Amino acid sequence: MSIDIARTGAELELAARVIELVRAAAGPAAQAEVMVQHNAEALTRFANSAIHQNVAEATTSVRLRLHLDGRTAGGSTTLTSADGLRALVERTIAAVRVSPADAAWPGLTAPAPLHHSAGYHGSGAHSGLDFGFDEATARATPAERAALVGDFVRAAGGLETAGFCRTVYCSAAFANSAGQSAEGRTAEAAMDGIARLSGSDGVARRAAGRLGDLDGAVLGARAAAKARAGERPVELPPGRYEVVLEPEAVADVLSNLSFFGFNGKTFAQRQSFAELGAEQFDPSVTIVDDPLGSRGEPAAGLPFDVEGTPRESLVLVRDGVTKAVAHDRRSAAEVGAESTGHASGSSRTWGPMATHMRLEAAPAATEPVLPADPGGPTAESARPLVARMERGLLITDFWYTRVLDQKSLVITGLTRNGVWLVEDGEVTAAVSNMRFTQSYPQALGIGAVRGIGSETVLLPDSWSGVRYAAPALHLASWNLTGNASG
Amino acid sequence: MSHFDEAYSAVQAALDAGARYADARIMLRRTESMSARNGDVEDLNSDESAGLGVRALVGSSWGFYAVPDLSDSAARAAGRRAAQIAAASATVPGPPIDLVPAGAGAGSWTSECRIDPLAVPLADKGDLLVRATQAAKDAGADQAEAGYAIWDTRKWFVSSDGHRIDQHVRECGASVTASALGDGEVQRRGWGHQYGTRGWELVEELDLVGNAPRMAEEARALTTAPLCPSGETNLILAGDQLALQIHESVGHAIELDRILGWEAAFAGTSWLDLEKLGSLRYGSELMNITIDPTIPGALGSFGYDDEGTPAGKRDAVRDGIWVGVLAGRDSAAVAGLDYAGSVRSDGWARLPMVRMTNVGLEPGPHSLDEIIAATDDGIYMETNRSWSIDDRRLNFQFGCEIGYEIKNGKRGRMLRNPTYTGIGPRFWQSMDMLSAETVPYGIPNCGKGQPGQVGHTAHSAAPARFSNVRVGVHG
Repeated sequence: MSIDIARTGAELELAARVIELVRAAAGPAAQAEVMVQHNAEALTRFANSAIHQNVAEATTSVRLRLHLDGRTAGGSTTLTSADGLRALVERTIAAVRVSPADAAWPGLTAPAPLHHSAGYHGSGAHSGLDFGFDEATARATPAERAALVGDFVRAAGGLETAGFCRTVYCSAAFANSAGQSAEGRTAEAAMDGIARLSGSDGVARRAAGRLGDLDGAVLGARAAAKARAGERPVELPPGRYEVVLEPEAVADVLSNLSFFGFNGKTFAQRQSFAELGAEQFDPSVTIVDDPLGSRGEPAAGLPFDVEGTPRESLVLVRDGVTKAVAHDRRSAAEVGAESTGHASGSSRTWGPMATHMRLEAAPAATEPVLPADPGGPTAESARPLVARMERGLLITDFWYTRVLDQKSLVITGLTRNGVWLVEDGEVTAAVSNMRFTQSYPQALGIGAVRGIGSETVLLPDSWSGVRYAAPALHLASWNLTGNASG
Repeated sequence: MSHFDEAYSAVQAALDAGARYADARIMLRRTESMSARNGDVEDLNSDESAGLGVRALVGSSWGFYAVPDLSDSAARAAGRRAAQIAAASATVPGPPIDLVPAGAGAGSWTSECRIDPLAVPLADKGDLLVRATQAAKDAGADQAEAGYAIWDTRKWFVSSDGHRIDQHVRECGASVTASALGDGEVQRRGWGHQYGTRGWELVEELDLVGNAPRMAEEARALTTAPLCPSGETNLILAGDQLALQIHESVGHAIELDRILGWEAAFAGTSWLDLEKLGSLRYGSELMNITIDPTIPGALGSFGYDDEGTPAGKRDAVRDGIWVGVLAGRDSAAVAGLDYAGSVRSDGWARLPMVRMTNVGLEPGPHSLDEIIAATDDGIYMETNRSWSIDDRRLNFQFGCEIGYEIKNGKRGRMLRNPTYTGIGPRFWQSMDMLSAETVPYGIPNCGKGQPGQVGHTAHSAAPARFSNVRVGVHG
């Protein structure tokens, strides 16, 4: 049993039908944009080393935004029958007629070509890849996901395990009354699991454009190695520590920079740290949003946003200088910029955000390759950085990070899934989880970055459709403000 | 109009495909939300969603499938798929699963609603938000935002145990927030942020326009207020902040699925050990927490949970002793308990799971005025700004929007960036004064599960005092 793949063009036909219904009901002056999205998400979840939740859904949603007589309203439905679409149009027209004036309406996206390779929806022209949408992943069965879970559980060697294996297929189309239309498909897979031993948790997670690129056994063994190395932790006093963050923790840094910093709405409201053209980060830091994939990675996102703006790579920080923030049409208009293709169903509320963030890896290391240590606690990508740390902490993952001050982006949160003390380049002791309170931009500031790993790994978010590409990161200081005792 | 027949078809198809138990929920939901900023409406959405989710138990393995199609044929296909998914689960099997009884039968429930929020003219609702944000701007806010949200949900539930239940739940709420830019930081004050299973009368009672100027003035004043000092002191929390404290350090901790390890990889586990249920001291004797989905108008109220268990009140903490959990039919059976009743899904496309309902404090013997008057030295904090807690629900740190010094029984200077941190049971055991002024604060954004679900909960809370709490943790 596999996910049904809708025939090509089905979503675009629905979108065009809605545009026609709007024209018939509201006349040619109505400005309408329609996004039709078919999502098939399946997730096989395990805990206590058994599959305990196994779910799948297939949903088509239609979102209409309408601007008429200076007023704007939006609506959506999952009812795609003729009656359902008609009801959506009638409801939205009724809403727009009684809405207050929208003086800041930014207009519709003009017709523009997408930045993707012909014949490979969702693949970036910049990538040069001959793949993009992977149909085998889209059609993955519960049995295939269960097999990966089984591999993870067995590879953990008897340790208690928990996590998930997820496959997602998305087929979408956009049309507006200004003549822009676009369609695309994506598929993604992710696996995320922990192994547990005597209160010590170890994690392994990966995202991929193809389910076939995930190896449950490799991930299960990695999580188990970390759990075993985390037994009998010591408690360290709070204070400022030099740290090496493994890619999982770096993904959290990227996530918060995106949500609060490189966000066109917070930027327009002067509530973001971002200052375009300013040297705000260490010169070694370059951050890019890569929805179309690059450098051997399959495309992760659709090649257009919900306003029909074509997406492409967006350099947010280059060599430490803040270059851009993510915009939808409304936030862009507010600051006199162009949309960067980051409109979403929630961008008017939460602001447009980059969802495929990449911290550029350092060039391949020139020092001697360290001998493999698959049973140790340190991720391969982090080992050269750890080897150069005199005294500090190796941190696997962050948890429950929340912003204390949005402008300076002071975040509090906890470490999770493994912390170790490093002395003279060697891991010397497992450490119990600690709380931190730290400004993220300050931690990445000029002179604060001691090294960036040379290997980038793809990491999933807990929400599908969001992905990070992160290397390990060596920072001069991280403010640990509490330990297990309080 | 009823959708029992389609739900029944899905259940029957799952049974025919080998399930030993199955249930199905059909949900029709209309939502409406509007936001305004600085005197202009910024966004208006009116959404409609309809679909069916069916859950099948094959052997001891679950499968779930959901479709946005209410036809009989789609329902039957969904039932078969759920059973097939459950069969795949059996390749990595767990221990045997049973289900505790859920009071099978027919039932119907409708939430209280005096003014249908979807029937209030959009122009009136827009005018309210525009006036609230304009009032905040006029009072000095750099940014003023307001919004409301409405959910109107009808659901039909059928199970192979004989359930046949329909419910109609209407929920709404609103808020206004004023922001002021300080020296390299943003100060914010929000009013409202209250949600319930009620009609538009709830929004009218919030008086967003009347309270917006005070929010702007306080946000502006915070930009020059002294920083919350660091150290240990008596902490007095307003009811709205204590509600979130309950949510994070009690509500999630007593979720049975977490205690059993079912959420270990994501949401986390719990510091609670079932062997200590009935004997573990959670807090001081002032601490009495109930699980009560029957509170009229509270956001976590319902007639039946999403497994068909009728709503009922239960103790979670009595006189400071931990005595109850939030449970589902399967988790209760695994734990050897005889009650369920706290399972919900956030829509037809999501698997029902253990969720908070209304988890809150029973009233105490004091008032806020009495608490302040009895405090020689301390800090009062109000309205949550940030929240963070570890994966066992022990080590927390909260930030609030505004604080005040308490000196010699009186409220003193305003303090900016107030934060406090602690360890759950140690904190609750330090609660030495509790007000009787309880309010069921609604929280409409409780995240849990994979795929993610957003739950609606409420927490009755009142001002309370805690001793020797570490405050003023700054970056």
